[in-house]
Amino acid sequence: MTLRNEPINRVENRKKYCRFKKNGIKYIDYKDPNFLLKFVNEQGKILPRRLTGNSAKFQRKVANAIKKARHLALLPFVADGLK
Amino acid sequence: MFQKNYETVFILTPVLSDVQMKDTVDKFVNLLKEEGAEIVNVENWGLKKMAYPIQKKSTGFYVLVEFKSLPTLIKKFELEIRRDEKVMRFLTTVLDKHAVAYADKRRKGEFNKKAEAKEEQA
Repeated sequence: MTLRNEPINRVENRKKYCRFKKNGIKYIDYKDPNFLLKFVNEQGKILPRRLTGNSAKFQRKVANAIKKARHLALLPFVADGLK
Repeated sequence: MFQKNYETVFILTPVLSDVQMKDTVDKFVNLLKEEGAEIVNVENWGLKKMAYPIQKKSTGFYVLVEFKSLPTLIKKFELEIRRDEKVMRFLTTVLDKHAVAYADKRRKGEFNKKAEAKEEQA
């Protein structure tokens, strides 16, 4: 039996789910910045899937929407203390 | 060729007077109408603060135009936008069926409830 020490900085261990599949959202709007802010960290960088828990398909859509929002200056390219 | 759904968001420089802004928006909308496009919705978001300054200006007049048109019209439309120096930035996107459904719901204003529903679950 393998000895596995408990990960200390495990923030939350609950099963991650893709919020888009769960809520049946089909389209991610690039015009709505405060929804996209959930997928961006303090400096305005796109959060990886392991943190957002998104499925691959929707993570790509989110990334695409964030880049469009950045183009239209709805989201900053780089920021400090964005939230 | 059948008509596709598009939506364009463009940002006008805040320096203009209201009359100029309205004329610019009408100019583009009429251009689309003449070319046989069907305007679904025009929204003026008004002066908004931008996340980063564009052309040394930190606010911009945002306009959203949703329309149905032949794909060939887009090149001409964007050429016209590029020629006009009052437009600081624009983005034209094609809408697939999910996007169209979303746009209809958004226009009907059903979206505030859905956003809240999502807040609780998330």
